[in-house]
Amino acid sequence: MKITCNGETKEITSDTTLVSFIRDMKLNPDTVVAECDGRIIQRAEYDTLILQEGNVLELIRFVGGG
Amino acid sequence: MLKIADKTFRSRLFLGTGKFSSAETLQKTIEASGSEMITVALRRVDLNDPADDIMNVLDREKYLFLPNTSGARDAKEAVRLAKLARAAGSGDWLKLEVTPDPRTLLPDPVETLKATEELVQEGFIVLPYINADPILALRLQDAGAAAVMPLGAPIGTNLGLITKFQVEIIIDQARVPVVVDAGLGSPSDAALAMEIGADAVLVNTAISIAGDPPKMAAAFARAVEAGRDAFEAGLGKKSTEASASSPVTGLDFIKD
Repeated sequence: MKITCNGETKEITSDTTLVSFIRDMKLNPDTVVAECDGRIIQRAEYDTLILQEGNVLELIRFVGGG
Repeated sequence: MLKIADKTFRSRLFLGTGKFSSAETLQKTIEASGSEMITVALRRVDLNDPADDIMNVLDREKYLFLPNTSGARDAKEAVRLAKLARAAGSGDWLKLEVTPDPRTLLPDPVETLKATEELVQEGFIVLPYINADPILALRLQDAGAAAVMPLGAPIGTNLGLITKFQVEIIIDQARVPVVVDAGLGSPSDAALAMEIGADAVLVNTAISIAGDPPKMAAAFARAVEAGRDAFEAGLGKKSTEASASSPVTGLDFIKD
């Protein structure tokens, strides 16, 4: 099934949790904050949240800034 | 020592982490600055460059993280970024920045006040970035801002403290710390801000684009200390008339 992550279409299997998707993207779940369909997902939910067809996911993290 | 909300700071130099040429330079610069508070921004992860993670080089235990809401054009966007920052584990501290005009990056006072009211309600420790507007500074401290951060000049311009007159009024009236943020281009600009009684300064561009950023950070740190010491020592009054430093008597012997 397909989801959109940071504007890109991604193909995932139907039982993919948020934490495994983040790891698949080679990202550290502890330094990434996720918004799924406009809702902020708390870190504690990463392990249990199963991504659904058509989800629009935003993965955001800290960068240098003033 | 400087106190903002419930935290005390030995260093009155806050450092922005943008525009550094490498993570290694950033790390060395933070150390050289002696800063205890560093700002960061929030952006979408570049999925094609997953290893580019600033958190690999920043020690959350050692420094207080002040995430900004840069990029927000109104209160709604700023609040969304603030909540994302909190979810990212940065705590409740926030540099509120609402800049609708990309050309000047000047902050929107109405939206900044609106966002401050909302974020204070949500339990954030809000440090709003503002134009050097004394009335707005009062309104923001009444709304619960933990400090106010008037600009010296627009972001990234290195023009120095061109708002000195207004910043002096803000400092005179403030019941919360005043942090001069943005536009300070040289250590002498930072020293001047501290001499007139600013509680701290926040510097990014002037340090990050220097030929030797760690050295420039150390120079800013010394200037901030010197400026603060001068303020505490008490500066002499300015006068348009000369006043001799040497005695004016005892000169009879050279006079015919």
